[in-house]
Amino acid sequence: MIEALGVRAIRGGVEVLRGITLKAGRGEVLAIIGPTGSGKTTLLRILDLLDPPDGGRVLFDGVDLSEDERARFLARRRMAMVFQKPTIFNLSVEKNVAYGLSMRGVSGPLARHRVRSILREVGLSGYENRRPSSLSGGEAQRVALARALVTEPDLLLLDEATANLDPRTAETIEDLIRKAVRREIAVVMATHDLDQARRLADRVAVLMGGSLVGLGSPVEIFETPGSEEVARFVRRRSGW
Amino acid sequence: MDEITAGLAKAVELILALDPAVVEITARSLAIAITSTTIAAGIAVPIGGLIHFHNFRGKRAVVNLIQTLYSLPTVTVGLVVFLLLSRSGPFGSLGLLFTPAGMVVGQTVLISPIMIGLTIAALSGVGPAVRDSALSLGASRFQAIQTIMGEAKAAMMAAVLLGFGRALSEVGVAMMIGGNIRGHTRVLTTAIALETSRGEIELSMALGIILVSISLLVNLLVNRVQGNWWT
Repeated sequence: MIEALGVRAIRGGVEVLRGITLKAGRGEVLAIIGPTGSGKTTLLRILDLLDPPDGGRVLFDGVDLSEDERARFLARRRMAMVFQKPTIFNLSVEKNVAYGLSMRGVSGPLARHRVRSILREVGLSGYENRRPSSLSGGEAQRVALARALVTEPDLLLLDEATANLDPRTAETIEDLIRKAVRREIAVVMATHDLDQARRLADRVAVLMGGSLVGLGSPVEIFETPGSEEVARFVRRRSGW
Repeated sequence: MDEITAGLAKAVELILALDPAVVEITARSLAIAITSTTIAAGIAVPIGGLIHFHNFRGKRAVVNLIQTLYSLPTVTVGLVVFLLLSRSGPFGSLGLLFTPAGMVVGQTVLISPIMIGLTIAALSGVGPAVRDSALSLGASRFQAIQTIMGEAKAAMMAAVLLGFGRALSEVGVAMMIGGNIRGHTRVLTTAIALETSRGEIELSMALGIILVSISLLVNLLVNRVQGNWWT
């Protein structure tokens, strides 16, 4: 599905991603963990084709997207990303959730039906006419997730999507992620929450200082980490 | 003091009685200011958008120049437009000098920079997160620009209203390009200047009250669209 091959990124003269190679396939959740500033968000933005890599390539369904703007646009239409701090457009909740559909020319009763159905799934039935300013942080994040899921993406990218949320809202969002994965979509999620990575991920990638220092199943990463560096990070974070 | 009170009372009477001279001058002022604001908005919003959404060499300098033009004295604009529209000027053959159309040209020149600058500021205020969210939800580049403009519409509306306020209240261009001809190019500001110099305080005050009332209304609208667009 999505594949990074030797991806490098330079920001302000500093190399923040150093040749990252990883992939996520259909029906798989890949969690990217690592300390703050390790390059998780930069990597997600490159995978979402928002920023070009300064080196290496990004492949989507085996197609190299480096050169072709049209291919990038078409690939982006099969993806959706939820950011840590959701930006809800200054429109009603219904129009926010319908945004991706309207960009694809889907409107009218079909769009309305899909919007109502996804709002029910995220527990926001009856919020259709609410304005962004009236939403709590958790509600805004659920609107952002609904807005991403309603487009039925093949690849869902989540950047700390449950950070700063209460446990109940976080659980709702985790359930939605599990449900989405059952539809055979690929999920790449950056998270600080190692327990969440353990609960949701099929594979875990550990980023440190812009380098990929670990990649494996949750059992491999959390119980038999391949290096002292990874072991120190997962144990400190898990409070072992 | 009695003179002012008496003038004020007479002015209110002129307004309430819909004095033909007051109505005619007010209607012409509004028509000219609305026309120039509409044309300026048609120029300023696309140009502001082009400058904001494109990176080019000297962009900062262009924005600085536009901001400098905000405070362009109206008499300077009046002088330049006068020279351009005068019989010996490059656009003299159009016969626009001392006509309402010429005043529209002058006011458009006067208010376009402030409307371009405020459009750029409005779009800059939206922030990159809106663009990122739009693109990541499948918007094309053009659709993302439309979304950003939608998010900035309250601030852009305020820019247009501020332009209208400046067009309505300026006197330099109206006097120099229009010539303050009764029944033809006389507007609120030029009429106030003339009637005051002639000692017609009541009419001056009536027109002044109308001008201030319209300005107040525009300011209220600006505050409304900036702070409370949706409720």
